[in-house]
Amino acid sequence: MPPIVEFKQVEKRYGEGPVILDRISFTAERGDFIALIGPSGCGKSTILKLISGLSPLSGGSVAVDGMEPDNALEELAFVFQEPTLLPWLTVQKNVEVPLRLRSTRADRRSDLATKSLALVGLSERAGYYPRQLSGGQKMRVSIARALSLSPKILLLDEPFGALDEMTRDHLNEELLAIREQKAWTAFFVTHSVAEAVFLSNRIFVLSANPGRLHREVAVDLPYPRTEETRQSARYQSLVAEVSKLLRSVERNQL
Amino acid sequence: MSKQTLTRALPLFTGVLFIALWYLANFLLSSERKFLLPQPHLILQAFHDQGPSLWSAALNTLRGAFLGFGLAVSGSFVVALILSLTPLVRASLYPYLMIMQMTPIIVIAPILILWAGPGLVSVTVITFLICFFPMVVNTTQGLISTDRNLVDLFRMCKATKRQEIFLLRVPAALPYFFTGLRIAATLAPIGAIVGDFYAGNSAGGQGGLGFLTIIYSSQFKMPALFATAVTSCALGFLFASAVIALSWLSMHKWHDSYSRADS
Repeated sequence: MPPIVEFKQVEKRYGEGPVILDRISFTAERGDFIALIGPSGCGKSTILKLISGLSPLSGGSVAVDGMEPDNALEELAFVFQEPTLLPWLTVQKNVEVPLRLRSTRADRRSDLATKSLALVGLSERAGYYPRQLSGGQKMRVSIARALSLSPKILLLDEPFGALDEMTRDHLNEELLAIREQKAWTAFFVTHSVAEAVFLSNRIFVLSANPGRLHREVAVDLPYPRTEETRQSARYQSLVAEVSKLLRSVERNQL
Repeated sequence: MSKQTLTRALPLFTGVLFIALWYLANFLLSSERKFLLPQPHLILQAFHDQGPSLWSAALNTLRGAFLGFGLAVSGSFVVALILSLTPLVRASLYPYLMIMQMTPIIVIAPILILWAGPGLVSVTVITFLICFFPMVVNTTQGLISTDRNLVDLFRMCKATKRQEIFLLRVPAALPYFFTGLRIAATLAPIGAIVGDFYAGNSAGGQGGLGFLTIIYSSQFKMPALFATAVTSCALGFLFASAVIALSWLSMHKWHDSYSRADS
Protein backbone atom coordinates (compact mmCIF):
# COMPACT_ATOMS: atom_id res chain seq x y z
CA MET A 1 0.00 0.00 0.00
CA PRO A 2 1.50 3.39 -0.98
CA PRO A 3 2.03 6.09 1.66
CA ILE A 4 -1.01 8.33 2.06
CA VAL A 5 1.01 11.43 1.05
CA GLU A 6 4.49 11.59 -0.42
CA PHE A 7 6.45 14.75 -1.29
CA LYS A 8 9.64 14.28 -3.33
CA GLN A 9 11.91 17.30 -3.82
CA VAL A 10 8.87 19.56 -4.14
CA GLU A 11 9.45 23.10 -5.34
CA LYS A 12 6.90 25.86 -5.57
CA ARG A 13 7.09 29.40 -6.84
CA TYR A 14 4.32 31.69 -8.09
CA GLY A 15 5.17 32.87 -11.61
CA GLU A 16 8.58 34.50 -11.68
CA GLY A 17 8.39 35.28 -7.95
CA PRO A 18 10.69 33.97 -5.22
CA VAL A 19 10.84 30.27 -4.30
CA ILE A 20 8.11 29.54 -1.74
CA LEU A 21 8.98 25.88 -1.11
CA ASP A 22 12.47 24.56 -1.72
CA ARG A 23 13.03 20.82 -2.24
CA ILE A 24 10.61 19.56 0.39
CA SER A 25 10.50 15.79 0.88
CA PHE A 26 8.50 13.76 3.39
CA THR A 27 6.25 10.75 3.65
CA ALA A 28 3.02 10.70 5.65
CA GLU A 29 1.69 7.36 6.86
CA ARG A 30 -1.97 6.51 7.27
CA GLY A 31 -3.33 7.83 10.55
CA ASP A 32 -0.59 10.45 11.00
CA PHE A 33 -1.59 13.77 12.51
CA ILE A 34 0.99 16.16 11.14
CA ALA A 35 1.21 19.73 12.41
CA LEU A 36 2.92 22.28 10.18
CA ILE A 37 4.44 25.17 12.06
CA GLY A 38 6.79 27.96 11.09
CA PRO A 39 7.10 31.71 10.57
CA SER A 40 4.78 33.58 8.20
CA GLY A 41 5.64 32.98 4.55
CA CYS A 42 7.27 29.58 5.14
CA GLY A 43 4.77 27.87 2.82
CA LYS A 44 2.67 25.94 5.36
CA SER A 45 -0.62 26.67 3.59
CA THR A 46 1.04 26.11 0.21
CA ILE A 47 1.80 22.51 1.24
CA LEU A 48 -1.93 21.96 1.85
CA LYS A 49 -2.77 23.52 -1.53
CA LEU A 50 -0.31 21.22 -3.26
CA ILE A 51 -1.79 18.15 -1.59
CA SER A 52 -5.29 19.25 -2.59
CA GLY A 53 -4.26 20.04 -6.16
CA LEU A 54 -5.46 23.64 -5.80
CA SER A 55 -2.02 24.88 -6.78
CA PRO A 56 0.29 23.42 -9.46
CA LEU A 57 3.81 22.23 -8.66
CA SER A 58 6.92 24.02 -9.93
CA GLY A 59 9.16 20.99 -9.45
CA GLY A 60 9.37 17.55 -7.83
CA SER A 61 6.37 15.33 -7.28
CA VAL A 62 3.42 14.91 -4.93
CA ALA A 63 1.54 11.63 -4.61
CA VAL A 64 -1.69 11.25 -2.67
CA ASP A 65 -2.51 7.62 -1.95
CA GLY A 66 -0.27 6.76 -4.91
CA MET A 67 -2.12 9.14 -7.27
CA GLU A 68 -1.70 12.61 -8.72
CA PRO A 69 -3.43 15.10 -6.36
CA ASP A 70 -6.00 15.97 -9.08
CA ASN A 71 -7.09 12.34 -9.21
CA ALA A 72 -7.30 11.97 -5.45
CA LEU A 73 -9.75 14.79 -4.73
CA GLU A 74 -12.39 12.37 -3.45
CA GLU A 75 -10.04 11.31 -0.65
CA LEU A 76 -9.58 14.85 0.65
CA ALA A 77 -11.46 17.45 2.62
CA PHE A 78 -10.32 20.97 3.43
CA VAL A 79 -11.06 23.13 6.46
CA PHE A 80 -10.13 26.75 5.81
CA GLN A 81 -8.88 29.42 8.18
CA GLU A 82 -12.33 31.07 8.05
CA PRO A 83 -15.48 28.95 8.35
CA THR A 84 -16.29 29.79 4.67
CA LEU A 85 -19.93 28.83 4.97
CA LEU A 86 -22.55 29.83 2.43
CA PRO A 87 -24.53 32.44 4.39
CA TRP A 88 -27.74 31.91 2.42
CA LEU A 89 -27.97 28.22 3.35
CA THR A 90 -28.90 26.68 6.67
CA VAL A 91 -26.32 24.75 8.66
CA GLN A 92 -27.76 21.44 7.38
CA LYS A 93 -27.66 22.59 3.75
CA ASN A 94 -24.13 23.94 4.18
CA VAL A 95 -22.91 20.55 5.33
CA GLU A 96 -24.67 18.96 2.36
CA VAL A 97 -22.97 21.23 -0.23
CA PRO A 98 -19.91 19.06 -1.03
CA LEU A 99 -22.11 15.95 -1.14
CA ARG A 100 -24.48 17.69 -3.53
CA LEU A 101 -21.56 18.68 -5.76
CA ARG A 102 -20.43 15.06 -5.77
CA SER A 103 -23.93 14.02 -6.89
CA THR A 104 -24.82 12.13 -3.70
CA ARG A 105 -28.54 11.20 -3.58
CA ALA A 106 -30.69 13.64 -1.59
CA ASP A 107 -31.74 11.18 1.16
CA ARG A 108 -28.17 9.90 1.61
CA ARG A 109 -26.93 13.51 1.63
CA SER A 110 -29.30 14.47 4.38
CA ASP A 111 -28.41 11.37 6.40
CA LEU A 112 -24.65 11.97 6.15
CA ALA A 113 -25.02 15.67 7.03
CA THR A 114 -27.15 14.83 10.06
CA LYS A 115 -24.55 12.33 11.29
CA SER A 116 -21.73 14.83 10.72
CA LEU A 117 -23.54 17.53 12.66
CA ALA A 118 -24.13 15.08 15.50
CA LEU A 119 -20.37 14.38 15.57
CA VAL A 120 -19.60 18.05 16.20
CA GLY A 121 -22.51 18.44 18.62
CA LEU A 122 -24.60 20.78 16.50
CA SER A 123 -27.65 18.66 15.67
CA GLU A 124 -30.01 21.15 17.29
CA ARG A 125 -28.62 23.98 15.14
CA ALA A 126 -29.30 22.26 11.79
CA GLY A 127 -32.00 24.76 10.79
CA TYR A 128 -30.03 27.86 11.77
CA TYR A 129 -28.31 30.22 9.36
CA PRO A 130 -24.56 30.86 9.80
CA ARG A 131 -25.12 34.41 11.04
CA GLN A 132 -27.03 32.98 14.02
CA LEU A 133 -23.98 30.99 15.20
CA SER A 134 -20.93 31.93 17.27
CA GLY A 135 -17.42 31.82 15.75
CA GLY A 136 -16.70 28.44 17.36
CA GLN A 137 -20.00 26.97 16.15
CA LYS A 138 -19.36 28.17 12.61
CA MET A 139 -15.99 26.45 12.65
CA ARG A 140 -17.63 23.26 13.90
CA VAL A 141 -20.03 23.39 10.94
CA SER A 142 -17.04 23.80 8.65
CA ILE A 143 -15.46 20.68 10.21
CA ALA A 144 -18.77 18.79 9.93
CA ARG A 145 -18.93 19.73 6.24
CA ALA A 146 -15.44 18.32 5.70
CA LEU A 147 -16.20 15.15 7.68
CA SER A 148 -19.43 14.49 5.78
CA LEU A 149 -17.27 13.45 2.84
CA SER A 150 -15.66 10.68 4.95
CA PRO A 151 -12.21 11.80 3.79
CA LYS A 152 -9.03 9.76 4.12
CA ILE A 153 -7.07 13.01 4.50
CA LEU A 154 -8.23 16.11 6.32
CA LEU A 155 -6.39 19.34 5.52
CA LEU A 156 -6.86 22.04 8.15
CA ASP A 157 -5.44 25.49 7.44
CA GLU A 158 -5.19 27.16 10.85
CA PRO A 159 -8.88 26.56 11.50
CA PHE A 160 -8.95 27.80 15.10
CA GLY A 161 -6.62 30.79 14.67
CA ALA A 162 -9.36 33.40 15.03
CA LEU A 163 -10.95 31.85 18.14
CA ASP A 164 -10.32 32.63 21.80
CA GLU A 165 -8.02 30.27 23.69
CA MET A 166 -10.71 28.45 25.67
CA THR A 167 -12.80 27.73 22.58
CA ARG A 168 -9.69 26.67 20.72
CA ASP A 169 -8.65 24.20 23.48
CA HIS A 170 -12.15 22.82 23.56
CA LEU A 171 -12.30 22.36 19.79
CA ASN A 172 -8.86 20.70 19.82
CA GLU A 173 -10.17 18.10 22.26
CA GLU A 174 -13.32 17.63 20.17
CA LEU A 175 -11.28 17.20 17.00
CA LEU A 176 -9.23 14.42 18.59
CA ALA A 177 -12.38 12.78 20.00
CA ILE A 178 -13.91 12.70 16.49
CA ARG A 179 -10.68 11.27 15.14
CA GLU A 180 -11.00 8.36 17.57
CA GLN A 181 -14.13 7.39 15.58
CA LYS A 182 -12.92 8.28 12.08
CA ALA A 183 -9.27 7.52 11.51
CA TRP A 184 -8.29 10.11 8.90
CA THR A 185 -4.80 11.41 8.29
CA ALA A 186 -4.53 15.08 9.17
CA PHE A 187 -2.35 17.98 8.07
CA PHE A 188 -2.87 20.86 10.44
CA VAL A 189 -1.38 24.30 9.87
CA THR A 190 -1.02 26.35 13.03
CA HIS A 191 0.91 29.20 14.63
CA SER A 192 0.38 27.77 18.10
CA VAL A 193 3.11 25.47 19.44
CA ALA A 194 0.82 24.25 22.25
CA GLU A 195 -1.88 23.32 19.74
CA ALA A 196 0.62 21.54 17.49
CA VAL A 197 1.97 19.44 20.37
CA PHE A 198 -1.48 18.65 21.76
CA LEU A 199 -2.93 17.44 18.46
CA SER A 200 -0.20 15.81 16.43
CA ASN A 201 2.10 12.83 16.45
CA ARG A 202 4.53 14.58 14.10
CA ILE A 203 5.44 18.25 13.91
CA PHE A 204 7.13 19.71 10.84
CA VAL A 205 8.99 22.90 11.72
CA LEU A 206 9.48 24.95 8.57
CA SER A 207 11.84 27.83 7.88
CA ALA A 208 11.00 30.71 5.54
CA ASN A 209 12.56 32.45 2.50
CA PRO A 210 12.62 29.94 0.98
CA GLY A 211 10.33 27.49 2.79
CA ARG A 212 12.28 24.43 3.88
CA LEU A 213 11.56 21.54 6.19
CA HIS A 214 13.86 22.61 9.02
CA ARG A 215 13.21 19.78 11.49
CA GLU A 216 10.68 17.08 12.29
CA VAL A 217 9.70 16.49 15.92
CA ALA A 218 8.03 13.23 16.93
CA VAL A 219 5.35 13.73 19.57
CA ASP A 220 5.30 10.57 21.67
CA LEU A 221 2.33 11.50 23.88
CA PRO A 222 -0.26 8.70 23.94
CA TYR A 223 -3.78 9.17 22.51
CA PRO A 224 -6.46 9.86 23.64
CA ARG A 225 -5.24 13.23 24.83
CA THR A 226 -7.15 15.21 27.41
CA GLU A 227 -6.75 18.22 29.69
CA GLU A 228 -4.39 16.08 31.81
CA THR A 229 -2.10 15.74 28.80
CA ARG A 230 -1.56 19.48 28.92
CA GLN A 231 -0.42 19.22 32.55
CA SER A 232 2.11 16.42 31.89
CA ALA A 233 5.85 17.07 32.08
CA ARG A 234 6.42 15.46 28.67
CA TYR A 235 3.91 17.81 27.03
CA GLN A 236 5.56 20.81 28.66
CA SER A 237 9.04 19.74 27.56
CA LEU A 238 7.85 19.15 23.98
CA VAL A 239 6.26 22.60 23.90
CA ALA A 240 9.55 24.06 25.14
CA GLU A 241 11.53 22.09 22.56
CA VAL A 242 9.36 23.14 19.61
CA SER A 243 9.24 26.77 20.81
CA LYS A 244 13.05 26.80 20.97
CA LEU A 245 13.26 25.37 17.44
CA LEU A 246 10.80 27.96 16.19
CA ARG A 247 12.75 30.77 17.83
CA SER A 248 15.98 29.58 16.25
CA VAL A 249 14.27 29.43 12.82
CA GLU A 250 12.94 32.97 13.25
CA ARG A 251 16.32 34.24 14.51
CA ASN A 252 18.10 32.79 11.47
CA GLN A 253 15.56 34.52 9.27
CA LEU A 254 16.44 37.89 10.83
CA MET B 1 -43.22 60.01 25.73
CA SER B 2 -41.17 56.90 24.94
CA LYS B 3 -38.31 57.05 22.45
CA GLN B 4 -40.22 54.74 20.11
CA THR B 5 -43.34 56.95 20.10
CA LEU B 6 -41.15 59.99 19.55
CA THR B 7 -39.40 58.29 16.61
CA ARG B 8 -42.81 57.59 15.04
CA ALA B 9 -44.26 61.03 15.76
CA LEU B 10 -41.30 63.06 14.51
CA PRO B 11 -41.80 62.50 10.74
CA LEU B 12 -45.49 63.41 11.13
CA PHE B 13 -44.56 66.54 13.01
CA THR B 14 -41.98 67.46 10.30
CA GLY B 15 -44.69 66.98 7.64
CA VAL B 16 -47.17 69.23 9.43
CA LEU B 17 -44.46 71.86 9.94
CA PHE B 18 -43.53 71.69 6.25
CA ILE B 19 -47.15 72.26 5.14
CA ALA B 20 -47.51 75.15 7.60
CA LEU B 21 -44.33 76.76 6.22
CA TRP B 22 -45.72 76.25 2.70
CA TYR B 23 -48.88 78.19 3.58
CA LEU B 24 -46.76 80.86 5.25
CA ALA B 25 -44.56 81.21 2.15
CA ASN B 26 -47.69 81.54 -0.03
CA PHE B 27 -49.07 84.15 2.36
CA LEU B 28 -45.84 86.17 2.14
CA LEU B 29 -45.80 86.20 -1.68
CA SER B 30 -47.26 89.18 -3.47
CA SER B 31 -50.71 88.56 -4.97
CA GLU B 32 -49.46 88.40 -8.60
CA ARG B 33 -46.80 85.81 -7.68
CA LYS B 34 -48.98 83.60 -5.47
CA PHE B 35 -49.73 81.29 -8.39
CA LEU B 36 -46.06 80.16 -8.42
CA LEU B 37 -46.51 78.33 -5.12
CA PRO B 38 -50.11 77.07 -5.02
CA GLN B 39 -51.51 76.28 -1.60
CA PRO B 40 -51.58 72.55 -0.74
CA HIS B 41 -55.40 72.39 -0.77
CA LEU B 42 -55.37 73.73 -4.36
CA ILE B 43 -53.04 70.89 -5.33
CA LEU B 44 -55.51 68.44 -3.75
CA GLN B 45 -58.25 70.10 -5.76
CA ALA B 46 -56.14 69.63 -8.93
CA PHE B 47 -55.94 65.92 -8.13
CA HIS B 48 -59.71 65.86 -8.08
CA ASP B 49 -60.13 67.92 -11.27
CA GLN B 50 -57.38 66.29 -13.31
CA GLY B 51 -57.84 62.81 -11.80
CA PRO B 52 -58.62 60.87 -15.02
CA SER B 53 -55.77 62.55 -16.99
CA LEU B 54 -53.28 62.00 -14.17
CA TRP B 55 -54.36 58.38 -13.71
CA SER B 56 -54.10 57.59 -17.40
CA ALA B 57 -50.72 59.35 -17.72
CA ALA B 58 -49.40 57.59 -14.62
CA LEU B 59 -50.40 54.21 -16.08
CA ASN B 60 -48.65 55.03 -19.37
CA THR B 61 -45.48 56.08 -17.55
CA LEU B 62 -45.70 53.02 -15.32
CA ARG B 63 -45.95 50.77 -18.38
CA GLY B 64 -42.81 52.28 -19.96
CA ALA B 65 -40.94 52.30 -16.65
CA PHE B 66 -41.87 48.70 -15.88
CA LEU B 67 -40.94 47.41 -19.33
CA GLY B 68 -37.62 49.29 -19.43
CA PHE B 69 -36.79 48.27 -15.86
CA GLY B 70 -37.65 44.61 -16.49
CA LEU B 71 -35.58 44.49 -19.66
CA ALA B 72 -32.67 46.23 -17.91
CA VAL B 73 -32.73 43.77 -15.00
CA SER B 74 -32.80 40.66 -17.20
CA GLY B 75 -30.40 42.09 -19.82
CA SER B 76 -27.91 43.31 -17.23
CA PHE B 77 -27.92 39.91 -15.53
CA VAL B 78 -26.93 38.15 -18.77
CA VAL B 79 -24.28 40.80 -19.58
CA ALA B 80 -22.90 40.65 -16.01
CA LEU B 81 -22.63 36.85 -16.28
CA ILE B 82 -20.66 37.20 -19.52
CA LEU B 83 -18.46 39.95 -18.03
CA SER B 84 -17.72 37.85 -14.96
CA LEU B 85 -16.40 34.91 -16.99
CA THR B 86 -12.86 36.19 -17.60
CA PRO B 87 -10.86 39.37 -16.94
CA LEU B 88 -10.20 39.45 -20.70
CA VAL B 89 -13.90 39.90 -21.54
CA ARG B 90 -14.22 42.56 -18.85
CA ALA B 91 -11.18 44.44 -20.12
CA SER B 92 -12.60 44.40 -23.67
CA LEU B 93 -16.13 45.58 -22.87
CA TYR B 94 -15.96 47.59 -19.66
CA PRO B 95 -14.51 50.83 -21.09
CA TYR B 96 -17.30 51.03 -23.67
CA LEU B 97 -19.97 50.37 -21.08
CA MET B 98 -18.50 53.17 -18.96
CA ILE B 99 -18.48 55.56 -21.95
CA MET B 100 -22.14 54.77 -22.60
CA GLN B 101 -22.94 55.32 -18.93
CA MET B 102 -21.17 58.68 -18.92
CA THR B 103 -23.23 60.01 -21.82
CA PRO B 104 -26.25 61.93 -20.41
CA ILE B 105 -29.56 60.32 -21.32
CA ILE B 106 -31.02 63.76 -22.11
CA VAL B 107 -28.61 63.95 -25.06
CA ILE B 108 -29.28 60.43 -26.28
CA ALA B 109 -33.08 60.64 -25.96
CA PRO B 110 -33.73 62.72 -29.14
CA ILE B 111 -31.49 60.38 -31.17
CA LEU B 112 -33.38 57.34 -29.90
CA ILE B 113 -36.70 58.93 -30.76
CA LEU B 114 -35.53 59.56 -34.30
CA TRP B 115 -34.49 55.91 -34.50
CA ALA B 116 -37.43 54.22 -32.79
CA GLY B 117 -40.14 56.81 -33.31
CA PRO B 118 -42.23 58.42 -30.57
CA GLY B 119 -44.28 56.34 -28.15
CA LEU B 120 -43.86 53.39 -25.83
CA VAL B 121 -40.85 51.85 -27.61
CA SER B 122 -38.71 54.97 -27.17
CA VAL B 123 -39.84 55.45 -23.56
CA THR B 124 -38.96 51.81 -22.81
CA VAL B 125 -35.53 52.09 -24.46
CA ILE B 126 -34.70 55.29 -22.56
CA THR B 127 -35.75 53.69 -19.26
CA PHE B 128 -33.76 50.58 -20.15
CA LEU B 129 -30.60 52.64 -20.79
CA ILE B 130 -30.83 54.61 -17.57
CA CYS B 131 -31.40 51.45 -15.45
CA PHE B 132 -29.05 49.09 -17.26
CA PHE B 133 -25.60 50.40 -16.26
CA PRO B 134 -25.91 50.55 -12.47
CA MET B 135 -27.32 47.02 -12.64
CA VAL B 136 -24.48 45.68 -14.79
CA VAL B 137 -21.75 47.32 -12.72
CA ASN B 138 -23.11 46.10 -9.39
CA THR B 139 -24.04 42.59 -10.50
CA THR B 140 -20.66 42.06 -12.21
CA GLN B 141 -18.88 43.23 -9.08
CA GLY B 142 -20.92 40.77 -7.03
CA LEU B 143 -20.23 37.87 -9.38
CA ILE B 144 -16.46 38.40 -9.29
CA SER B 145 -16.24 39.05 -5.54
CA THR B 146 -17.05 35.51 -4.41
CA ASP B 147 -14.98 34.30 -1.45
CA ARG B 148 -11.85 32.67 -2.89
CA ASN B 149 -11.99 29.82 -0.37
CA LEU B 150 -15.55 28.97 -1.39
CA VAL B 151 -14.48 28.83 -5.03
CA ASP B 152 -11.62 26.51 -3.99
CA LEU B 153 -14.07 24.36 -2.04
CA PHE B 154 -16.30 24.03 -5.11
CA ARG B 155 -13.32 23.18 -7.30
CA MET B 156 -12.09 20.56 -4.84
CA CYS B 157 -15.52 18.96 -5.05
CA LYS B 158 -15.21 18.93 -8.85
CA ALA B 159 -18.14 21.31 -9.27
CA THR B 160 -19.08 22.06 -12.87
CA LYS B 161 -18.88 25.67 -14.11
CA ARG B 162 -22.68 25.72 -14.10
CA GLN B 163 -22.80 24.64 -10.44
CA GLU B 164 -20.14 27.20 -9.53
CA ILE B 165 -22.18 29.97 -11.17
CA PHE B 166 -25.68 29.08 -10.01
CA LEU B 167 -25.03 27.51 -6.61
CA LEU B 168 -22.25 29.86 -5.55
CA ARG B 169 -21.56 33.01 -7.56
CA VAL B 170 -25.15 34.09 -8.23
CA PRO B 171 -26.43 33.77 -4.64
CA ALA B 172 -23.21 35.34 -3.33
CA ALA B 173 -23.82 38.29 -5.68
CA LEU B 174 -27.39 38.90 -4.40
CA PRO B 175 -26.48 41.77 -2.03
CA TYR B 176 -24.67 43.55 -4.90
CA PHE B 177 -27.55 42.77 -7.27
CA PHE B 178 -30.05 44.36 -4.90
CA THR B 179 -27.86 47.44 -4.47
CA GLY B 180 -27.99 47.88 -8.25
CA LEU B 181 -31.70 47.10 -8.27
CA ARG B 182 -32.43 49.82 -5.71
CA ILE B 183 -30.54 52.41 -7.78
CA ALA B 184 -32.29 51.24 -10.95
CA ALA B 185 -35.71 51.32 -9.24
CA THR B 186 -35.33 55.00 -8.38
CA LEU B 187 -34.07 55.73 -11.91
CA ALA B 188 -36.80 53.80 -13.78
CA PRO B 189 -39.67 56.34 -13.31
CA ILE B 190 -37.20 59.18 -14.01
CA GLY B 191 -36.17 57.48 -17.27
CA ALA B 192 -39.79 56.90 -18.27
CA ILE B 193 -40.76 60.50 -17.53
CA VAL B 194 -37.75 61.84 -19.47
CA GLY B 195 -38.82 59.52 -22.29
CA ASP B 196 -42.40 60.83 -22.10
CA PHE B 197 -41.11 64.35 -22.10
CA TYR B 198 -39.46 63.78 -25.46
CA ALA B 199 -41.38 60.94 -27.00
CA GLY B 200 -44.75 60.77 -25.32
CA ASN B 201 -46.36 63.75 -27.02
CA SER B 202 -46.89 62.08 -30.36
CA ALA B 203 -48.40 58.91 -29.03
CA GLY B 204 -51.92 59.75 -30.09
CA GLY B 205 -52.81 61.55 -26.88
CA GLN B 206 -51.65 58.58 -24.81
CA GLY B 207 -48.70 60.40 -23.28
CA GLY B 208 -47.37 59.83 -19.79
CA LEU B 209 -46.50 62.15 -16.94
CA GLY B 210 -43.69 63.84 -18.89
CA PHE B 211 -46.14 64.74 -21.64
CA LEU B 212 -48.65 66.01 -19.09
CA THR B 213 -45.92 68.22 -17.57
CA ILE B 214 -45.38 69.90 -20.94
CA ILE B 215 -49.13 70.55 -21.37
CA TYR B 216 -49.70 71.90 -17.85
CA SER B 217 -46.61 74.14 -17.94
CA SER B 218 -47.65 75.62 -21.29
CA GLN B 219 -51.08 76.36 -19.73
CA PHE B 220 -49.56 77.71 -16.47
CA LYS B 221 -51.63 75.20 -14.50
CA MET B 222 -49.40 75.30 -11.44
CA PRO B 223 -51.57 73.19 -9.07
CA ALA B 224 -51.85 70.52 -11.78
CA LEU B 225 -48.08 70.64 -12.31
CA PHE B 226 -47.54 70.07 -8.60
CA ALA B 227 -50.07 67.24 -8.67
CA THR B 228 -48.09 65.68 -11.55
CA ALA B 229 -44.89 65.99 -9.49
CA VAL B 230 -46.56 64.26 -6.52
CA THR B 231 -47.82 61.48 -8.81
CA SER B 232 -44.31 61.00 -10.22
CA CYS B 233 -42.96 60.82 -6.70
CA ALA B 234 -45.58 58.17 -5.85
CA LEU B 235 -44.44 56.12 -8.86
CA GLY B 236 -40.84 56.28 -7.66
CA PHE B 237 -42.00 55.26 -4.22
CA LEU B 238 -43.88 52.29 -5.68
CA PHE B 239 -40.80 51.04 -7.51
CA ALA B 240 -38.46 51.55 -4.56
CA SER B 241 -40.89 49.85 -2.14
CA ALA B 242 -41.29 46.85 -4.43
CA VAL B 243 -37.52 46.40 -4.62
CA ILE B 244 -37.06 46.85 -0.86
CA ALA B 245 -39.75 44.22 -0.27
CA LEU B 246 -38.15 41.82 -2.75
CA SER B 247 -34.74 42.37 -1.19
CA TRP B 248 -36.17 41.65 2.26
CA LEU B 249 -37.89 38.49 1.04
CA SER B 250 -34.68 37.21 -0.55
CA MET B 251 -32.17 38.06 2.14
CA HIS B 252 -33.70 38.81 5.54
CA LYS B 253 -33.10 35.32 6.86
CA TRP B 254 -29.39 35.23 6.21
CA HIS B 255 -27.85 38.58 5.36
CA ASP B 256 -26.12 40.59 8.08
CA SER B 257 -27.75 43.84 7.00
CA TYR B 258 -31.06 42.54 8.39
CA SER B 259 -29.67 41.08 11.61
CA ARG B 260 -30.34 44.05 13.89
CA ALA B 261 -33.93 44.43 12.77
CA ASP B 262 -34.68 40.72 13.19
CA SER B 263 -32.83 39.80 16.36
